[in-house]
Amino acid sequence: MINVLYFARLKDTLGIAAEEIDPVASNGKVDITDVASLRERLCQRGERWQNALSQQRLMTAVNQEMAQADTPLADGDEVAFFPPVTGG
Amino acid sequence: MPHIHVQAEDFDTQAIISKLTAGHGEIGAIVSFTGLVRDLPGQSLQSMTLEHYPAMTEKALAEIVESAMQRWDLIDVAVVHRVGELQPSDRIVLVVTSSAHRREAFLACEYIMDYLKTRAPFWKKETTSDGEHWVDAKNSDGEATSRWE
Repeated sequence: MINVLYFARLKDTLGIAAEEIDPVASNGKVDITDVASLRERLCQRGERWQNALSQQRLMTAVNQEMAQADTPLADGDEVAFFPPVTGG
Repeated sequence: MPHIHVQAEDFDTQAIISKLTAGHGEIGAIVSFTGLVRDLPGQSLQSMTLEHYPAMTEKALAEIVESAMQRWDLIDVAVVHRVGELQPSDRIVLVVTSSAHRREAFLACEYIMDYLKTRAPFWKKETTSDGEHWVDAKNSDGEATSRWE
């Protein structure tokens, strides 16, 4: 399972802080192999998810390191989606 | 050894500087930056809440500090960042850099703040009489890092 976390405004918009996603799709094949394919799977949920996850400066981390669309994902990884950070 | 802490409690800047310098006679320069919660016009900020990604914050700060220590000849660095609910004028963040001479300490302190502002997973939420709203990231923060590249 891939552990997916959402933070800040994104968490409020989507109404969820964390969930587990099975990289194996309903047809029995692994269709989540990187950040981009995970986003695609989540966007299948509908317009609210598509809008939230296509925002221009969305940031992603995989196993607590900043990641890109092509960062590979494996079973057991942790992915976090969040808006641009505003600490400091 | 860099001191990196993410915590709800307030920090004591002088105590941290003392700890950093103890036994290090080779330190000739200490630079510190403190970030405060700035009030909104008309003193309308009721509180500011810092959310964060617990598993990642100290790791991200450690990477930024490590990068600064590789780039400049620093003796030690401390970074403390608070989380949770804060009031106007409260301390949010402290960056302390130390080196033999001042140039490295000044540059590294600014570098660490520029990268903390764009890479460390914290998010500010302001509470006013209108309710709560998430602070937007500033373009100027994103641009600030490019001058180090």
